[in-house]
Amino acid sequence: MAKSYGDVRALDGVDLAAPTGTVLGLLGPNGAGKTTAVRILTTLLPADGGRARVAGLDVASEAPELRRRIGLAGQYAAVDENLTGFENLQMVGQLYHLPKGEPKARATELLERFDLEEAGGRLVRTYSGGMRRRLDLAAALVARPPVLFLDEPTTGLDPRSRIGLWETIEGRVAEGTTVLLTTQYLDEADRLADRISVIDHGRVIAEGSSDELKDQVGGEALEVTLESAGDAEAAIAALREVCSAPPELDGVVLRVPVAERKGTIAAAVQRLNDAGVGIDDISMRRPTLDDVFLKLTGHAAEEDEEGGEG
Amino acid sequence: MSGTAISDTLVLAKRNFLRIARAPDLLLAFTVQPIMFVLLFAYVFGGAISTSGHSYINFLIPGILVQTMAFGGFVTAMGIAEDLRKGLVDRFRSLPMSRSAVLAGRTLSDIVTNGISITVMLVVGVIIGFGFESPFLHIVAGILLLLLFGYAFSWVFAFIGLTSSSPEAAQSLGFIVIFPLTFVSSAFVPPETMPAALQWFAEWNPFSITVNAIRALFIGDPAGNTVWGAVLWSVGIAAVFGVLAVTRYKRAVVR
Repeated sequence: MAKSYGDVRALDGVDLAAPTGTVLGLLGPNGAGKTTAVRILTTLLPADGGRARVAGLDVASEAPELRRRIGLAGQYAAVDENLTGFENLQMVGQLYHLPKGEPKARATELLERFDLEEAGGRLVRTYSGGMRRRLDLAAALVARPPVLFLDEPTTGLDPRSRIGLWETIEGRVAEGTTVLLTTQYLDEADRLADRISVIDHGRVIAEGSSDELKDQVGGEALEVTLESAGDAEAAIAALREVCSAPPELDGVVLRVPVAERKGTIAAAVQRLNDAGVGIDDISMRRPTLDDVFLKLTGHAAEEDEEGGEG
Repeated sequence: MSGTAISDTLVLAKRNFLRIARAPDLLLAFTVQPIMFVLLFAYVFGGAISTSGHSYINFLIPGILVQTMAFGGFVTAMGIAEDLRKGLVDRFRSLPMSRSAVLAGRTLSDIVTNGISITVMLVVGVIIGFGFESPFLHIVAGILLLLLFGYAFSWVFAFIGLTSSSPEAAQSLGFIVIFPLTFVSSAFVPPETMPAALQWFAEWNPFSITVNAIRALFIGDPAGNTVWGAVLWSVGIAAVFGVLAVTRYKRAVVR
């Protein structure tokens, strides 16, 4: 897919694929093109290059038919503040043209499932952020769509609400729903996505499962926090035999790539003691998707995000 | 319109009614504001403006009714701008619903709120001395013309709402477009009192043509072609802005 706004290439030839019943994570910083991709795939925006099929239907030529089979939960909780939770879901059901009686039944069912039973009769403007997101997700599920698009579903949510939403999404996937999830949170992609496409500046820069991506930046490493930076050379010398690649030093933290996890810490502690190097802290560290991102793009995933996590 | 387009429109019109019923400040806009305008013009300006053949209140009521109809669509402009900002338009556009229903639902609910405004203003007008001077059927035709004119301007406002960056911007843009049109017209003063250029504009202004048609239907002013002229203007405005707004809606982007 390709899409330009004037001179800005929002999507510069992005290829994505998600097998039925899996979660494809679209990971990238703000402005990477994630939302543009979702907007094209949900028929909201025409692409100016390339083709895309969702649930077997072409997003351009079969858009009306496709809209029956997708659910979209966006970055902004797209629910009407001046309606109750129940009325919101009922309205969405009617607009999906569900058979008579079904919109009401689905609304009741979804409110119950999303733990909004008591709040269902209240106006949405009285809801908390987490409750709105749940209602937004419920609205996306009204017609039981086989394909679900979640555009940064947990941005701005408190940790408890995030975990709740993750569990709900996992539940849908277990029932066979295919999900395209965009996120700038690495832990979210790590937890939910079967496959991850990392995008930056409108291009896919890496693709694979979370483990495959981590392997790309190398295996495990031993992280040693020294009591004094002056001991660094002695420490590097002492650890020469455990490392699998040249160690990196960042202040008092020494990062030592290792080939084997088993017994490494004990061996390292012994060697450092023998060399008389004081240790403040020592641990094994698996690369995170943060490391992946940093390595692939040369910048952090959330650099322009206030209060980032992950 | 297909069957689903009509049912989608009704679903969304119902949504708008529910919202209005729950936002009493919006209801004030349809009731108290028109009353305020009637009283201000009748008692503050009324004494200074001379109108031949009719009392000022009889001259004023048709004008102020037309003005109120033109502004009735404000709620539509702001509502659409807000739906855009909050992402609701994205949700609607991702649903298998009619492409025109969101706008049609808005403009349809405007007809009802405009009807409320007309009723309130006529009641207040009659209390302070307005009297119809025409047959019953003419009065009914006049009310229908007012609703048609209001409907046409709802589409203008729908377009404004879709092109504005925020509800606030929609409000001021609407104000800038509509306010001069209503004042440089025959709504509040006879155009003969204006400078030549304004007078020319006031005579060709669709507001004046509609106001003159309502005067003909309510207080028996000579109508000539103004009634059909007014109907044509309204239909034309509705058609042009209806197409513009629906086209714009299909490509609407969240800002």
